[in-house]
Amino acid sequence: MTDEKKEANLSGKNREFLTMTVSEQLFGIPVLQVQDVLGEQKVTRVPLAPKEITGSLNLRGRVVTTINLRHKLQMPERTPDMKTMYVVVEHHGELYSLIVDSVGEVLPLPDEDFENTPQTLDASWRELATGVYRLKGHLLVILDVPVMLDAICQKADNEAA
Amino acid sequence: MDDLVQEFLTETSESINALDIDIVRLEQNPNDKDLISRIFRLVHTIKGTCGFLGLPRLEKVAHHSENIMGRYREGSLQITEETVSLIFEAIDRIKTIVAGIAATGTEIEGDDEELIAKLDAVYKSKSETNLPVKEESVLEPVDAESATPPSANDSTKNADSAQTALPSKSVEEKTLRVDVNVLENLMTMVSELVLTRNQLLQILRTEHDSPFTPPLQRLSHVVSELQEGVMQTRMQPVGNAWSKLPRIIRDINVELGKKINLDMRGSDTELDRQVLEFIKDPLTHMVRNSGDHGIETPEERLAAGKHEEGTVLLNAFHEGGHIVIEISDDGRGLNMDKIRKKVLEQKIATEEQLKTMTDQQIQQFIFDAGFSTADKVTAVSGRGVGMDVVRTNIEKIGGTIEMKSIWKKGTTFTIKIPLTLAIVSALIIEAGGERFAIPQISVQELVRLSGQGDNRLEEINDTPIMRLRNRLLPLVALGKVLELEKIDENKNNSEGECESKDETNSGIGKQVIVVEVGAQTFGIVVDRVFDTEEIVVKPVSPILKGIRIFSGNTILGDGSVIMILDPNGIANTIGNMADVEEENNKSDENSHTLTDSESKTSLLIFKAGEGASRAVPLSLVARLEEFDVEKIEFSGHQKVVQYRGNLMPLIPFNDLMKQKEQGGQSVLVFSDRERSMGLMVDEIVDIVEETVNVEIKAEDNFGLLGSAVIHDQATDVIDVGHFLSIAHPDWFGTKDSAGFEQKGGAKKVLLVDDSPFFRNMISPMLSIAGYQVISIQSGQEALDLCDAGEKFDVIVSDIEMPGMDGYEFALKIKADDSKWKNVPLVALSSHATTQDVDRGKAAGFDDYIAKFDREALLQSIAQKGEVA
Repeated sequence: MTDEKKEANLSGKNREFLTMTVSEQLFGIPVLQVQDVLGEQKVTRVPLAPKEITGSLNLRGRVVTTINLRHKLQMPERTPDMKTMYVVVEHHGELYSLIVDSVGEVLPLPDEDFENTPQTLDASWRELATGVYRLKGHLLVILDVPVMLDAICQKADNEAA
Repeated sequence: MDDLVQEFLTETSESINALDIDIVRLEQNPNDKDLISRIFRLVHTIKGTCGFLGLPRLEKVAHHSENIMGRYREGSLQITEETVSLIFEAIDRIKTIVAGIAATGTEIEGDDEELIAKLDAVYKSKSETNLPVKEESVLEPVDAESATPPSANDSTKNADSAQTALPSKSVEEKTLRVDVNVLENLMTMVSELVLTRNQLLQILRTEHDSPFTPPLQRLSHVVSELQEGVMQTRMQPVGNAWSKLPRIIRDINVELGKKINLDMRGSDTELDRQVLEFIKDPLTHMVRNSGDHGIETPEERLAAGKHEEGTVLLNAFHEGGHIVIEISDDGRGLNMDKIRKKVLEQKIATEEQLKTMTDQQIQQFIFDAGFSTADKVTAVSGRGVGMDVVRTNIEKIGGTIEMKSIWKKGTTFTIKIPLTLAIVSALIIEAGGERFAIPQISVQELVRLSGQGDNRLEEINDTPIMRLRNRLLPLVALGKVLELEKIDENKNNSEGECESKDETNSGIGKQVIVVEVGAQTFGIVVDRVFDTEEIVVKPVSPILKGIRIFSGNTILGDGSVIMILDPNGIANTIGNMADVEEENNKSDENSHTLTDSESKTSLLIFKAGEGASRAVPLSLVARLEEFDVEKIEFSGHQKVVQYRGNLMPLIPFNDLMKQKEQGGQSVLVFSDRERSMGLMVDEIVDIVEETVNVEIKAEDNFGLLGSAVIHDQATDVIDVGHFLSIAHPDWFGTKDSAGFEQKGGAKKVLLVDDSPFFRNMISPMLSIAGYQVISIQSGQEALDLCDAGEKFDVIVSDIEMPGMDGYEFALKIKADDSKWKNVPLVALSSHATTQDVDRGKAAGFDDYIAKFDREALLQSIAQKGEVA
């Protein structure tokens, strides 16, 4: 990232988000949270894991846990012929990858276009979204990745107990 | 926190550790000038840096300690135990303050006046006359400020002496302090490099005459060396874990008036720093134990004809991929009587159990939680938190600990631990289409399942079991435990596993990995076993920490991630399943439905002669054998066979049975103490677990107890006692094989069991053994008998019973106002895990026997009966 952009980011006028689609819904996460974007990967299933966790993959020698957003967001499960991409994020020093259908571009978005999550959204969505950007022809839902990963961790702990 | 302060803290804690060792040495060699100078310098450095960083409290304590050290250095003050203790006190104070700074970033408040006054008193005390005269003993109070200023060089030297405890100049200049995280990162990168190298080599194998071959081979060599080198950086001498020990022994010497010499050998033996961290505390604890409990006071030692000074020996050395650490003392050893007494007091085992144990076995009780043989709790040890923690910690890192002790001669602990936790040798296996790694250390052997013979998968109530060298081996299907098999059915083998085609339920072609976890041995059934690989263990993501079945994950040579199985976790899941079942039983207590586990019995089904299949409780069968017909001999009219060095009589099931002319004869072997007999049968059919309702036949009918419906077929249940008495008319010490009539003077046994099957199985067995047996079906009936004033010598009770269960029954019987409170009470249950036994004992049972353990029951009744 160039210094110019970083400044813009810090000033709060424009924020940058990586866009991605899951089941035709456009999502965004702050670009600074993104470590890597991967294409098709060999994922090892982790038996007994919570449903949100589909397995682990190898990213340059580090083990990355893959997270299925669809389950968490109560979206229809993917069909085997679908293309898969992985967005790698870091959380508490561990790497996780979100399974998405496709990854779009990095968009600098002005604060004026930001709105809070509509109250009418499903509770599981409201909990995981920080807000919505109005784009031309689309609405971009911003995911709160730390909250989502914490929720999954919490759930995994409860299941273990 | 300030970087400077951070660095100061690291440096200071290292210097202090070095100080501990040096001062103990100084006490032993008061004339070692080099040593004194070094100590002086260490204290001085701390003081100097404090002034620089603005830590007045620490500076003051260090300054006043330094004063004393200054006088030592000049030789104007004699080194005595008291002054050394005082110095230690000051060092402890420094440690406290340093810890405070580490926690809060600033000095914590505190009053050091008293300590400083004491230090000053010593400092100002007159020089003693009998001290060795030194030429340069010019009395001149050392001016702290004017003394050699601390230089950067100085501090590295200090740090180094902490590392090796025996500094030598050449090493000092060659060391460099590196953050551990940097090393960890390096390690990860190198692992990745190794994987990439492996991939390249794999590609190369398919190419012939590639121009890449020579450079890749060179790369391969370099990578291997690099890996070794990086591994080396994680290694530290075991001596680092020992640095506190001289101080501990010295404290024991002073506090308890003992004379102990600590002999440390092999302190430069290297092991992974992670492992080192793990063993530090256990080692400290054990050395403290040896000094405190092991070594006697000088008077006792002299009286016992030993040298006044005791020795605690620490010895570390490499042995085949492991490091072995021995901690031995020449002290009093373990007092077996005392341990026995403690074991009884703390109700860890009963007197009968102890009688049958060897000394070595009894000694292992010291590894039990809350066990301490020290009479008094001293400041040093004896609080009963100890050896169990030591063992747990060592087992956690895949190590083992053993103890040998000879009364009055001493005790030796041997710890064996892996060199590193980062790389383990593991077996790669496949189950449910996924690969897993299982640490080689827990694998005992591999067995391939085949269609016939012993290596056949058998099932009891859908639970797989296998016979392994005349023992039953419980099996766990890995695919099932991991819930992979269900998924596979859905997938319908879409991946086209060619192996799975011929894999039927019989498990032919599958492999069994025999593992031992604690006292449990079980088999893990897997689809395939690949190879052994050295794997780099990576911890699992915190999100998956809850799944106890995995101890980590790793990346294989082909770049794929696989999970590492924890045999302990697998054993736990089995335990949990049993527990859940038990929970269910408990909740069903009030409803009168019999739960599965209690009413089901394992039966061996066989064919012999005409008619229905026969069944015998599997628990009564000692072994299944097949003898070559040619080996069968005659002794008089009796068929016999040589079996384990003895002649064993063979009894045909009945006369209608056709005798085989050739081939193998199937025989069920029953044995009791030294005696055994074989029952010849035509064919062994199956082992089943069934709810058995035996309809008892009124008359003795060719050794049949009755018949039952098993798997929708009428099956005769045989009376083993009948055959035993044919083979050995004196088997039960009486010629009367029926033995059902009551004998005068016979011990009276009350049998409480709701299952008619067991009542009918056990009561004849007890009658034959010479007891007068009354059997009833509920605890309430028993209490009625009690109220009626009946008397018994021993009561045997089932645990799982509808209505009042065994525990409740025991509590009632053992109540203070009970007439039967002194009657020995033996529990008989199909659940006999440690928890059950403990619970039973707590409820008041004197003994707890597994339902299938006939011999133990007889033995227990005999012993309890005598006591009564």
